[in-house]
Amino acid sequence: MSHPVKVFLVDDHALFRTGVKAELAGLDDHRIEVVGEAGSVGEAVVRISSQPPDVVLLDVHMPDGGGRAVLEQVHAKLPDVVFLALSVSDAAEDVIAVIRAGARGYVTKTISGRELADAVVRVAAGDAVFSPRLAGFVLDAFSDRNGPAPVADPELDLLSPREREVLKLLARGYAYKEIAAQLFISIKTVETHVSSVLRKTQKSNRYELSRWASDRRLV
Amino acid sequence: MAGLPLPPVDQPLLPPPPAGRFTPDGVPKLTRRPEDSILGGVAGGIADHLNVPVLWVRATFALLAMMAGAGVIAYALLWIFVPQRPPAARQEIRPAGPVERRQAYGVAAVGVALLIAATALGFGQVLTWVLGPLGLAAIGAAFIWREADDARRARWRRTAAGIVGPSTGSWWRLVGGCLLVIGGLSVFAIGQLDFTAVRSALIAVVLTLVGVAIITIPWWLRLVRDLGDERRGRIQERERAEIAAHLHDSVLQTLALIQRQAGDSREVQRLARSQERQLRTWLYGPTGYASAGDAPTPASSSLAASLAEAAGEIEDTYAIAVTPVIVGDVPMDQHLAALVAAAREAMVNAAKHAQVQEISVYAEVEDGTASVFVRDRGVGFDPAAVGVDRRGLAESIRGRMERHGGTATVTSRPGEGTEVELSVRVTAGSDAGEDAGEGGGEGAEPAATDDPTGTVRSHADAKGPS
Repeated sequence: MSHPVKVFLVDDHALFRTGVKAELAGLDDHRIEVVGEAGSVGEAVVRISSQPPDVVLLDVHMPDGGGRAVLEQVHAKLPDVVFLALSVSDAAEDVIAVIRAGARGYVTKTISGRELADAVVRVAAGDAVFSPRLAGFVLDAFSDRNGPAPVADPELDLLSPREREVLKLLARGYAYKEIAAQLFISIKTVETHVSSVLRKTQKSNRYELSRWASDRRLV
Repeated sequence: MAGLPLPPVDQPLLPPPPAGRFTPDGVPKLTRRPEDSILGGVAGGIADHLNVPVLWVRATFALLAMMAGAGVIAYALLWIFVPQRPPAARQEIRPAGPVERRQAYGVAAVGVALLIAATALGFGQVLTWVLGPLGLAAIGAAFIWREADDARRARWRRTAAGIVGPSTGSWWRLVGGCLLVIGGLSVFAIGQLDFTAVRSALIAVVLTLVGVAIITIPWWLRLVRDLGDERRGRIQERERAEIAAHLHDSVLQTLALIQRQAGDSREVQRLARSQERQLRTWLYGPTGYASAGDAPTPASSSLAASLAEAAGEIEDTYAIAVTPVIVGDVPMDQHLAALVAAAREAMVNAAKHAQVQEISVYAEVEDGTASVFVRDRGVGFDPAAVGVDRRGLAESIRGRMERHGGTATVTSRPGEGTEVELSVRVTAGSDAGEDAGEGGGEGAEPAATDDPTGTVRSHADAKGPS
């Protein structure tokens, strides 16, 4: 990559922002560069809009609507800015809600600096970033455990067997490279499958997904 | 109903003991006035207490006297029960002036005249029907007033202002209530002419009570609201105490431990992880603080809960991160218990030998099979080279799964990490809650102990990358 990925931090805990900045700087990784930070929804919207970064690391839980509010106010205006949710919350509804609001991925705050940098570079390149936990949630959401869900749009409401396989390997902690080797496909194909799953998660009106979204008043 | 008339609501039967001369609101306490007294000083005392001219009080007593002598009885009762105020030190007890005395006698005479007139007209008899319920209401109110503490009385007094306050609503209510009371009285008057006495008396009583109820609506509302407020306050207080207790027991203790162990980063990490997991369970878990409280599942009653518990134990014991991802869930039975135990052993192996900081655990329940994958990116090993004496792998994992009709697959290569895949059929009837322990669910799964079909594979090339 010719120029470093411009990263913007949004988190209401100053201590955490400082920690992430220090960790990313300590990596001495020339692929990324932290260009700004914000401690509230309003501040984030103003700063991101005035100087759009490449990737926004977004906290899910903040006063005034949280990361979702930032996504809603910025995502439509600046579709090129990529959002990566970064949160301590492990609640499925939180995770699914920010994904449906437009985030390209979700990682937990316990992620190591190295992995975070990799994730940032990946979403900046257009990939989706699925932590094992997110993969589990999505599998859960698309399962037919509570009886078969009515399928309104097979294109959106069903996962292909291959996508399911990829998701399961993600949930088992496999890296893209390992998934590719396991399934005898190219890394690019793995990325395509994951992006497709992300799109379905964002757009599908499956009951479980809509429920999670409507619980958060997203739809 | 014998219709013993009693003093109106705003004259407490038994005044508070004369500790000071004023109530907390700054109103003079109800005491009999030794100065200017005509008879017992009752009217003067009430006038002081209510801050109205003494003549009004006397006139009220006279009017009440018309109602079957209620005024007379009320005066007598008050005379008996209301203590006399000790005279101010310098002030001589002096009788009332002649003008006031004459006025008082006049009022008394009018009262007696009214009483006689009412009796003569047969009025008193009927009034009894109205005064009975009113009197009972007054007794009840007086008791409530006695039982209330000072703060509550003060609140009620403030609410009382709302009854005749400046708002239009309260005026309408007051007018409506009075109309009903008057209506009640009139009905009985008409009843004298048209209806049978009992029927009209009943209507009169009902109308009167409804009228009184309407006038006192703010009091009732306040009573109900008080009750609700009190209950809410109690719940909040309990909630707060519970949170405080929890934070103290867990977070504060852990922080104290972390400060003392600051030099040992491994121990600090272990403490922090353990505390995080506990707090998370408490906040978001099925039995947690933030859950809606529907159907709380006790820990280790389901596969997901047991596996998470096992992962937590490994985290605590070996100070490494274990991140379980679980899709689907099923109630525990003995086979699933074996699955969890085997998975736990696999985690222990990874924690001990793989030299990693993180283990991935993934479990799914799909198509009647429960599977657990325990994976690490550690040093790995050659499964073929593992001696038969390695009890952990052979007995605790393979043997256990075999006995429960399941499978165990170990995929590992030196330098590429290890993955242990465990799966077992979910017994069809295992959703019956009672077979979670030993001996349950035997009938549904035949030959659970020595199932010859239980396949045990252990080859590096089964799923390994080629």
